[in-house]
Amino acid sequence: MEYDVVIVGGGPSGLATAIKLKQLDANLNVCLLEKASEIGAHILSGNVFETRALDELIPNWKELNSPIKTKVSKEKFLFLGKKKSLSWPTWLLPSVQKNHNNYIISLANLCRWLGEQAEALGVEIFPGFPASEVIYDENGAVKGIATQDMGIDKQGNKKDSFESGMELHAKVTVFAEGCRGHLGKQLIKKFDLNKGKDPQQYGIGFKEIWEINEKNHEKGLVMHTAGWPLDNNTYGGSFMYHAENKQVFLGYVIGLDYKNPYLSPFDEFQRFKTHPAIKKIIEGGKRISFGARALIEGGLQSLPKMFMPGALLIGCDAGTLNMPKIKGSHTAMKSGMIAAETIVENLKDNKDLSIYEDKFKKSWVYEELYRARNVKPSFNWGLIFGIIFTGIDQILFRGKLPLTLRHKHADHETLRSASETKKIDYPKPDNVITFDKTSSVYLTGTNHTDNQPVHLQLKDPNLPISYTLEKFDEPAQRYCPVGVYEVQIENDKPKFIINSQNCIHCKTCDIKEPSQNINWVTPEGGGGPKYGNM
Amino acid sequence: MKILVAVKRVIDYNVQIRVKEDGTGIVTENVKMSTNPPDDNAIEEAVKIKETGKATEVVAITIGEEKAQETVRKALAVGADRGIHVKAEGIVEPLVVAKILQKIVDKEKPDLVFMGKQAIDDDCNQTGQMLAALLNWPQATFASKIGIKDKVLEVVREVDEGLETIEVVIPAIVTCDLRLNEPRYASLPNIMKAKKKPIEQLNASDLGVDTKSRIEQIKVEEPPKRKSGIKVANVAELVQKLKNEAKVI
Repeated sequence: MEYDVVIVGGGPSGLATAIKLKQLDANLNVCLLEKASEIGAHILSGNVFETRALDELIPNWKELNSPIKTKVSKEKFLFLGKKKSLSWPTWLLPSVQKNHNNYIISLANLCRWLGEQAEALGVEIFPGFPASEVIYDENGAVKGIATQDMGIDKQGNKKDSFESGMELHAKVTVFAEGCRGHLGKQLIKKFDLNKGKDPQQYGIGFKEIWEINEKNHEKGLVMHTAGWPLDNNTYGGSFMYHAENKQVFLGYVIGLDYKNPYLSPFDEFQRFKTHPAIKKIIEGGKRISFGARALIEGGLQSLPKMFMPGALLIGCDAGTLNMPKIKGSHTAMKSGMIAAETIVENLKDNKDLSIYEDKFKKSWVYEELYRARNVKPSFNWGLIFGIIFTGIDQILFRGKLPLTLRHKHADHETLRSASETKKIDYPKPDNVITFDKTSSVYLTGTNHTDNQPVHLQLKDPNLPISYTLEKFDEPAQRYCPVGVYEVQIENDKPKFIINSQNCIHCKTCDIKEPSQNINWVTPEGGGGPKYGNM
Repeated sequence: MKILVAVKRVIDYNVQIRVKEDGTGIVTENVKMSTNPPDDNAIEEAVKIKETGKATEVVAITIGEEKAQETVRKALAVGADRGIHVKAEGIVEPLVVAKILQKIVDKEKPDLVFMGKQAIDDDCNQTGQMLAALLNWPQATFASKIGIKDKVLEVVREVDEGLETIEVVIPAIVTCDLRLNEPRYASLPNIMKAKKKPIEQLNASDLGVDTKSRIEQIKVEEPPKRKSGIKVANVAELVQKLKNEAKVI
């Protein structure tokens, strides 16, 4: 099928592209594919939303019954010790971390709403159709994508329900898959888009929604913490946002450049909730949702070139998240709006897609990312020096220090061997405040049709046991937030098990596996989590 | 031959159901909804029969709020020819559904009515049977295989003892089991075509059916949490605990 524009991914960047395209030229044929069963079902984010991009895209959003309702009313920042906590005065926070004009939202619900806006403008949205392959023309330019075959069994045979995937061709294809998109990864490699850039940096983010006691709930309160349970050398922190209906969005982000293979991000998050300053808020409440997703932390130094022949790479598929701001939705949306402008000029005036770069550099996104660029790498010196440097860089110089710190290692290179590191003894879940992975994955509603090829592919099937278990005690058992990977003993021999049905599409394994041996590919459409208001 | 297939919009089977805090129902806001799984089997079977040339038209019908149309749209994308959406708000009880379907059957004059054996939200398993009674048609419930010989259906039913084969004379009602077939996926071009297929919209009140509930729902609550197990030292302790604590012997 032929379209003017095909967009891969129904997150904030893809939907913003679609909407902007139709606003600029209502006659364009725009198609958007989403691998989740519906728009929003694979979206997970904090989220404290800065409306800047939305104000530009849909200026009257307040009149259109958008799910942006809870304005930030109060802010707190805590340093946690093991039992104590120290409140950091908000006036001493860099301005990028101040949120008084922002809103506490569910990004999944915002995407559902953006999806409705896009459909009303005539965008054809197809949920449940993952783009599994890039199609190139004879000159090597991107010509479109192919959707996944449906109804293939584990051995690769066609089932009764088989439905062949199909090619969608477009004048311009926009890749907006989010952090570590599996096609974006291929394109970055094929077109050498990250040439001269630092290795990309990632984090894993967890989120739980809690319904808490009315007396502990302060609608509009935004709280962040740093410190315990992480040590000085591990980058991460928590968020707690008090939304409407007595709900709090509670989450934790850990940099995937952590070094100890025994670290379990999931268990760090669970343990964090037992801190007196946190426990007192959620105690007596009920956990109603759980999820996890990898996010981009590399910033400008790691941002690949975002254009290539026939296609654009936008949002966190490239990596536009602003780390010190802990926000990526507004920058992702803006990167999509710039993409739409670029495409219209490309189609109408025959301008090359490379004009994207210039437009991007002149936009406020670039300005933001430029000022933010030194924060994350400074934490390589540890939490304390990181904070001191960030104070100087962000408060005194407002991000304009005439030096740029580099990211030296990719996240999969940072693990030390198991023999050099200490096991971490995590407390057992109490099923009240803390939980195990099994009960957590249950809340995500994730599922994949049973009899289909495993979508977590091993380049070398022997490596997990012959090398990774030996050297790192197979960290996949711990970095996967839902226990997809297990090492079981069968006939006195260790065996590597992949429970791909539980996968929540967070992409952490694809990022952190020390030999890059795990390749995440798209499963059958509609599979994966069914997040509600995440 | 014309087949009418009833489909219901329910919370997706993968979603964990959450009871509202005040016990008045379950949370449906921003929850992924889908077609009731055995209704997918019903549609698939009707489309298959049409593909063999034994049926000429498949009509999908749903009853419910505006968004319930999505289930009809999905049925159209996998091969139904046209759709009917009867608008009704809130919970619509099986008897009301059966009465609405009766009116539609009077109008549409199908030879067969297919539907799922039950809906996974209320698990009533009543609509097909009630409709059969209202129409005075034969019924074949829990169908796991359907064969057509002229005016007679041979239906294999899933029953407690095993499989039961019965014959019913057309016109008839068939409620479908999950084992009946493997529903196909909708292809992209078929989803696009489905957007252009007609869906007739009606109001339950226009059909002269009173949608008022006859059942009063008093309270919805979560099942009690399973307590974690304990280890006992010996048989004597086990017996003692079963007798005094669990009170089962």
